[in-house]
Amino acid sequence: MNATSPAWVDALTATLVVTGAITALIGSFGLLRVKTFFQRVHPPSLVATVGTWGVTLGTVVQSSFVTARPYLHAVLIPIFIALTAPVTTTLLTRAALFRARQRGASDVPPPPASTNNPAV
Amino acid sequence: MSPLLTWALLFAIGCLTVAMMFALIRMVVGPRAEDRVLAFDCLYLDTMLVIVTLGLLYRSSSYFEAALLIALFGFVASSAMAKFLARGEIIE
Repeated sequence: MNATSPAWVDALTATLVVTGAITALIGSFGLLRVKTFFQRVHPPSLVATVGTWGVTLGTVVQSSFVTARPYLHAVLIPIFIALTAPVTTTLLTRAALFRARQRGASDVPPPPASTNNPAV
Repeated sequence: MSPLLTWALLFAIGCLTVAMMFALIRMVVGPRAEDRVLAFDCLYLDTMLVIVTLGLLYRSSSYFEAALLIALFGFVASSAMAKFLARGEIIE
């Protein structure tokens, strides 16, 4: 392992990681700021996409130069997040819609007439 | 490692810590259970990014497994909590 990496590699890594971290900060601030739950589902997807990809690609670039071979298995993390984050969001939004209908909230659409399942 | 990269990684860790604090405030404030589960979802993603950045800062590859495990268990936990909110039980 050589301890030094070229200056442009350090600059590229810093750009990617700082972009990902600032995007994650914006996404989490949106989670705090946005008013209703069904709007609040959207900002954390910034963390799951640009945040995760930025930080992980920075790791891939830096570690590939430090260890002098392709360090690609860090890409497993954003691929796994890209597979699981939509599943979690869909399950949670279905549950929230079901609970809003159980509560008798007036700002959610009624269930379609063709089904008996209140969670659809 | 150049000082630029060290300071950039420290700045990134600071940003992610503030992001974790925002998610934690949303988790405490609520107002409903689904808001808290959503805040947990955001919180474990931020934590995972902090751990990946720490692995870059200390140049150790053992942080990668920890980040992957946090992603895995976070998915299991938040989908189980969403299922519990929808059905009232997890395994039926």
